[in-house]
Amino acid sequence: MSLELERVSLSLDGRRLFAPLDLSVPPGEVVTVMGPSGSGKSSLLDLLCGTLPPAFAAEGRIRLDGLDLATLPPERRRIGILFQDDLLFPHLSVAENLAFGLPPQVRGRRARRAAVAAALAEAGLAGFEARDPATLSGGQRARVALLRTLLARPRALLLDEPFGKLDVSLRARVRSFVFSHARAEALPTLLVTHDPADAQAAGGPIVRLAPATAERSGPSASVG
Amino acid sequence: MSPRRTGGPLALVPILTLGLFLLPIAAGLVGTWLPAFGILPSLGGTEPTLAAWQRLLADPALPGALSATLISGFGSTLIACAVTVGFAAAAHRTWAYRQATRLLAPLLAVPHAAVAIGLAFLLAPSGLLLRLVSPWASGFELPPDVATVQDRHGLALTLALAVKETPFLLLMLLGALGQVQAPQRLATARSLGYGPTVAWLKTVLPAVYPQLRLPIYAVLAFSLSVIDMALILGPTAPPTLAVLVFRWFNDPDLALRFVGAAGATLQLLLVVAAIVLWRLGEVALARLGRRWIAAGGRGGSGRVGRLGWSAALFGVLTLGVGGLLVMALWSLADRWRWPDALPASLTLDTWARQVQRAMETGWTTLALGLAAAGLALLLVLGCLEHEQQGGRRPTRALWLLYLPLLVPQVAFLFGAQVLAVLAGLDGSFVALVWSHLLFVLPYVFLALAEPWRRLDPRYVRSAQCLGAGPLGVFWRVKLPMLLRPVLFATAVGFAVSVAQYLPTLFAGAGRYATLTTEAVALAAGADRRVVGVYAFLQAALPLLAFALAVALPAWRYRHRRALQ
Repeated sequence: MSLELERVSLSLDGRRLFAPLDLSVPPGEVVTVMGPSGSGKSSLLDLLCGTLPPAFAAEGRIRLDGLDLATLPPERRRIGILFQDDLLFPHLSVAENLAFGLPPQVRGRRARRAAVAAALAEAGLAGFEARDPATLSGGQRARVALLRTLLARPRALLLDEPFGKLDVSLRARVRSFVFSHARAEALPTLLVTHDPADAQAAGGPIVRLAPATAERSGPSASVG
Repeated sequence: MSPRRTGGPLALVPILTLGLFLLPIAAGLVGTWLPAFGILPSLGGTEPTLAAWQRLLADPALPGALSATLISGFGSTLIACAVTVGFAAAAHRTWAYRQATRLLAPLLAVPHAAVAIGLAFLLAPSGLLLRLVSPWASGFELPPDVATVQDRHGLALTLALAVKETPFLLLMLLGALGQVQAPQRLATARSLGYGPTVAWLKTVLPAVYPQLRLPIYAVLAFSLSVIDMALILGPTAPPTLAVLVFRWFNDPDLALRFVGAAGATLQLLLVVAAIVLWRLGEVALARLGRRWIAAGGRGGSGRVGRLGWSAALFGVLTLGVGGLLVMALWSLADRWRWPDALPASLTLDTWARQVQRAMETGWTTLALGLAAAGLALLLVLGCLEHEQQGGRRPTRALWLLYLPLLVPQVAFLFGAQVLAVLAGLDGSFVALVWSHLLFVLPYVFLALAEPWRRLDPRYVRSAQCLGAGPLGVFWRVKLPMLLRPVLFATAVGFAVSVAQYLPTLFAGAGRYATLTTEAVALAAGADRRVVGVYAFLQAALPLLAFALAVALPAWRYRHRRALQ
């Protein structure tokens, strides 16, 4: 199970955002992508998720477990993503948020409830099922967000500066929580950040998005 | 590389929506213009002729009608604009400002006819205001014989329109303020030594006015062509132009249909000319404003202005609310002799006698309002979803949705009725809902577009990456998170439908009575107690809808702090 990027690049209005990228993320490894703001880091993650706004044009090939992702809609790619904000759905309780992630193949109310309870207990949040997400602390919300993503049984994990908004004392704890889970589940993980400390903690290879050379992207190479 | 969603059936929604709109309006305009020039085969008009125009221009009622129309149309729009801008500029961030903003939504919900009837109850020679000062201060032993309502120049109508439209403009202004970073602008100007009022006028007004423009044009067009309020408070001999046209369309002498069509066309020209004139006024004022800004005057503390404009706004709001209360009181009055300020005793007799007929009319109103608002909501959600799923920018063509707010109703409803007769829809419930939809949908769109577009798109992305398809995202994430604005927009649409007078008469071909048509008909001369019952119900129905739209999400999300 690994995530492969082959000559991937993005352009907006005919302007290429970064030079073609080749990347392989093996299971359980965290690869960090760094680059200045506006370099297309977040758009790259959008491309992997399948939620790239139509204004962008993409080139290259993306494979997960050898399967080309190009034709799959976002909901069938099984790629989990965490953003800087936890984005817990404010109209749902903690348990309902987690159940949103849990695939429908887990059948029966009792089984689903047990799966949610087990995840919460394992994260040190036992008994939090009925809580309103708005009443949790920042660290608790970050953990619930990761649990929700993992319960959806992703085959890869994307992290879009997920620690940026946590205060310094929390950041290290949440970081190790996320990384240890990603490793334990053997997920190929792509971390996008501009904080060198994140990259260091991830412990994996670091890729810097090179600014595109002056050339304009040709339409011939487009796979989109 | 990502699979592009073309939207599938959703792609049809904007086209369908615009079609539903443009078809009846275009057909209605053409169907009014042709008879204006003598073409209406069903009434024997086959040759083009200018006879209708000659008859119209020679009509002795026309000059008086035009003058009353211009006075009430421009007068009310100017007052509403001045009070809105004056109050926002002078009184922002005061206690009065916060209180006023709370009163706005309920007043907005009250139909035009109810506001007019309430004001008539207050202002008439036998109305409450004179009762309060008679005979001890005014010396009147009998109601004086002066026209304080239905006056020749349309002043009572002007005031009523201003009372009804000020809350609308102020609410639109409040919405626009959120998008121009008003506090930062003010702080900058204040730190450069500008007084609060001048700072607002020089830095905030130029930024918000563009977003206020369309609502102001709508108010101007509406005020120049209103019928139901003019029937209640406007002059009678001659009436305003729109009422004159309305009478010709309803005259037993069918030949007057041609004159009516010419008058309706004149009404359209009048509104177009008025909007052009207003635009020119904007340009001139903007030029003066630039010079005023460049001159660098700092202005004072603005204390006098604050008091004055707050008083003006609360005067307007008090007239609106006071009228509603007097209506309710009249419906419960037993004996209420002049000049008593209060009825001698209260009784439920009037309600008991009217309840059966009022219930029937009420059910029609309710069904019609729910159908029109529900349909409008579906179409608006379809348009917005189409826009978002395709990652499109807000479609420019959608401004056409606001057309029904700018084109006077009387200028195309006659022609639209001709179309409905041809299609065999005349007088059907379908035609009635369709005609209401024309006016309901723009407001639903206006109320929902902003919150829908503002939802953080990352919630949608998160849901998608958790395995939710487009339908799942819509039903399980967007709709519940936006429940509050969705219900609010629906209530707005419902209130707009309840308030419709002319479309109900034309499209319903007189077969459907709503609380509004009943209240207007009764206001012409029935017992005030009976009028009070209908006008009160007419106001209560939309108020109830707004109350539900606020209460339901509050109850549903009582344990969700982020959504309160």
